[in-house]
Amino acid sequence: MSLITALARLEAVRSGRAQPAATVRHRHLSERPLVLVPLTTAGEAGAPLGALVGTERDAPRLLVVPQPRDRDLRFAFLADLADIVLPCVDAYADAVETAERSETDPTTGKRVKVEVDLCADAPQIIVPSRAGIEFVRLLGRSMRFRRTAEQDPETAHPAPPRVPLLGRWLTHYGERARVPGSSLLLALTEVLTRHWATGQSSLEDQHLGALLAWIDPPDGGSGADAAVRAELARDADGQLLCPPAGPATDPAFDNKLLAPAIERYDRARTRFAAAEDGVEADDRFGELTAAEREIRALVASRTRPTWDAVWRGLDLLRALPEGEHVVDRWTRDRWSFTMHRDRVAAGEPPQPRRDDAVTAANKLATREREQARLEAQEALDDPLVMAGRRLAGEAFAGEVLDVVMTYSEGKRPSPRPLVTLRTEDRPHLGERTKVYRSLNGKPQAAEFVGYEGTEGSAGPGGDGADVLVVLRVLDKMGRGKEPEAGSVPEKGDRLCFTLFEHEQRGGAKLPDPEETPWTHGGPPGEADATAYPDPVTEEDLL
Amino acid sequence: MTTLYAPDGDRGRAFDPGAEATRATEAILRDTLHGTHRGVVVDSPPGAGKSTLVVRAALELAAAGRPLMVIAQTNAQVDDLVLRLAEKNPDLPVGRLHSSDPDPYDKALDALPNVRKSAKAGDLAGLDVVISTAAKWAHVKGVEPWRHAIVDEAYQMRSDALLAVAGLFERALFVGDPGQLDPFAIVGAEQWAGLSYDPSASAVSTLLAHNPELPQHRLPVSWRLPASAAPLVSDAFYPYTRFRSGTDHGDRRLAFAVASDGSGPDRVIDEAAETGWGLLELPARHTPRTDPEAVRAVAQVVRRLLDRGGAATSERSAEPVALTADRIAVGTAHRDQAAAVRAALADLGVPEVTVDTANRLQGREFDVTVVLHPLSGRPDATAFHLETGRLCVLASRHRHACIVVCRAGVTRLLDDHPSTEPVQLGVTVKFPDGWEAMMSTWDQWSEHRVPWRP
Repeated sequence: MSLITALARLEAVRSGRAQPAATVRHRHLSERPLVLVPLTTAGEAGAPLGALVGTERDAPRLLVVPQPRDRDLRFAFLADLADIVLPCVDAYADAVETAERSETDPTTGKRVKVEVDLCADAPQIIVPSRAGIEFVRLLGRSMRFRRTAEQDPETAHPAPPRVPLLGRWLTHYGERARVPGSSLLLALTEVLTRHWATGQSSLEDQHLGALLAWIDPPDGGSGADAAVRAELARDADGQLLCPPAGPATDPAFDNKLLAPAIERYDRARTRFAAAEDGVEADDRFGELTAAEREIRALVASRTRPTWDAVWRGLDLLRALPEGEHVVDRWTRDRWSFTMHRDRVAAGEPPQPRRDDAVTAANKLATREREQARLEAQEALDDPLVMAGRRLAGEAFAGEVLDVVMTYSEGKRPSPRPLVTLRTEDRPHLGERTKVYRSLNGKPQAAEFVGYEGTEGSAGPGGDGADVLVVLRVLDKMGRGKEPEAGSVPEKGDRLCFTLFEHEQRGGAKLPDPEETPWTHGGPPGEADATAYPDPVTEEDLL
Repeated sequence: MTTLYAPDGDRGRAFDPGAEATRATEAILRDTLHGTHRGVVVDSPPGAGKSTLVVRAALELAAAGRPLMVIAQTNAQVDDLVLRLAEKNPDLPVGRLHSSDPDPYDKALDALPNVRKSAKAGDLAGLDVVISTAAKWAHVKGVEPWRHAIVDEAYQMRSDALLAVAGLFERALFVGDPGQLDPFAIVGAEQWAGLSYDPSASAVSTLLAHNPELPQHRLPVSWRLPASAAPLVSDAFYPYTRFRSGTDHGDRRLAFAVASDGSGPDRVIDEAAETGWGLLELPARHTPRTDPEAVRAVAQVVRRLLDRGGAATSERSAEPVALTADRIAVGTAHRDQAAAVRAALADLGVPEVTVDTANRLQGREFDVTVVLHPLSGRPDATAFHLETGRLCVLASRHRHACIVVCRAGVTRLLDDHPSTEPVQLGVTVKFPDGWEAMMSTWDQWSEHRVPWRP
């Protein structure tokens, strides 16, 4: 935990209210996000119990699996989910704008610009918590290798037509959510904790109800008290007043309410199946419907509070102005969406179960680059985040006291002005450390020359006095001998320099998977590349 | 050379460190030059002559007429290797491939007539040896593969970095220290844990997972660590691949002209001079990372080391050598701790002492080190602070003595925080784990404890 986060958390404890950890919103929020509040069945990984889903705050669709272990009912649930999610995806997939991308020309091997489609916007999915993202990933994995009757007439349990496609999209979203700063699939608790610091542990922050209680306590009371209520308060029947955001449900709910209801449903179904004539069947169908309706009501009662909480959280986030670089990162999300759309359209097979060596290395490189980009952009967009970096010695701000023009040696002397800056910060500067400031949105580099008044780069002592930092500006001053107007700091300017780079360089290109070297096992075998669903075992079927 | 007796099982058989090391080196060179395998792996404990081995192997490969590329991890390592090669054989044509940043290499290389420097691999074609960092090599494309490569610090290289360069060579010698800090990723990589080619794992673990038949050697003698330190470091961090010190007890001596003033820093200095280890224990307390008292204590120990006129006697020279600021280093776990120590040293008027984190001290050597213990003053023990390699680096940089500064209560902290890292299927469990290494080193250091209330 950084010093500034620790401080914010201490202040939150003292005041009983969450403290701002950001002054702008660092994640993109869509106008019409698709909110998904899933519930899962205890004891069986990836068996959905139900979900509230939709883009309309007042009209969520309730999907329920009355007997979660029944594969047909599960498929029906997934087919319904596909019918809601996929039209949403399709709507965004068709609205495109033209963009340029550099590609390697296959014949000449040169990098050339090509015009391609870029989706003008992309659907955003919001789940309540990090566990929700895991569940999306799990659903994706369980669906993408399924075969429909059309794909494989022999298959014993064909999936409904659009289910494998939904699996591929959810897999893509789940995978994209691992890229730092991406906003295609967001867990609301994570976005909220990015913007507010509460006085509880980060584990407790994963409880959406408790988190919202700290940020926005009802009736302006103590957030700490409201959070405890949200976490623990139960009604006379022992049920939580604020159900957990899921996908896991409260055991008391499972044992006391859900299990008996499912048992009644099973009994009704057996009786309906055993009905001997039409009249009896009609009666028993009524019982079955009633039993199902009861389960639907139970699921609705446990998802609706979370649904409302998610929208409340979105309101809180929308009240913050969007950070300047957010749109840049959202464009990357749109590229990601567009490229997956193209892969699906091109008839490529679903994502393999495991990444090959080259894909894994490429993903890791991308994510590390995005992490560095995110950290830099958040600091540049937000003085409060920058304050944290300054406290950590990774940036410093101050007033320009003096500028002395000097020139580089060599045939064509270039300007290398020396800038003296007074700062209260304590940056970790070493000999010739590179520092950067933002000049019209572009980073301008300078190097550390020394502290004025002390010798060399020994640095100031531990006392709290101001220090004078001397920097030599290195670039962005034009090609001529005299620097371009406005490109050199002037006396009296207040500037902020960072020790971290503002933009990320692309890494080296890795070999193609077919050219995986011997150190990494050589090219991946064909067998691994073909995707088959998991084998169906006896335990899979009732 | 001193003759030592091997402990326990080998009792009675004379252990000649020089002969043992020579035998190991011969076997490595035989496998490298004449073996049939595409790779050879060499494990080297701290100060076991890894750089000497790399230089010798490079010279022999070049002499055998095999074009050689050398892959190191940092520019400092690359420049150091170039200088060592030129020192051993000034006539050898060496290429230094560098980045296109300003000042990409050590200016000392400009004085070497047979070292050609370029940012393009094409300019260096045909030279006997070409040296660069893994990051720079990754950008080299479309060239004829080298017959041979040497990968230095291979345990600190990430698997994905090896993937980017492995197409450039046919065979390779991988040299590194398995006990030092593992490579790390700044984002989570759990998704690939257990895969043989996990991109965040070390290059050697991927290499051996796919090529288990490759010959593995190790260097058996540490020339850096004194006889007082080698057993502790070997037991705590290399329990299955033990090594020994190249010198015996009494071969090295640390003496001070000025007598102790009875203060904590002076007493711990005397203890360390006598036994090779010293533990300055401050009262138990939970503190911020840059614990002002502990930081000041570290600075005071350094100040007294210099003020008391230390002299180090070792096998390197007949006469004692003065213990000067450049022979002392301070090691910490975090960068802000290093910065705080630097500021405290500046306050005491000691500017030239190296103060850095474990990551940056890797591969360096000093006479005396002062270490701020990674768990000092902490309320919890996280995976970062328990990492075996971090403690190993901090405890194995010295030729004479190491002084650890720590708050009391480490055993209690360790008892409260058992290792809780999730077990990943398919991942080789590292032993000893950080918890175990912390405990065993602490037990040993406790015998050299000097309690002090500043």
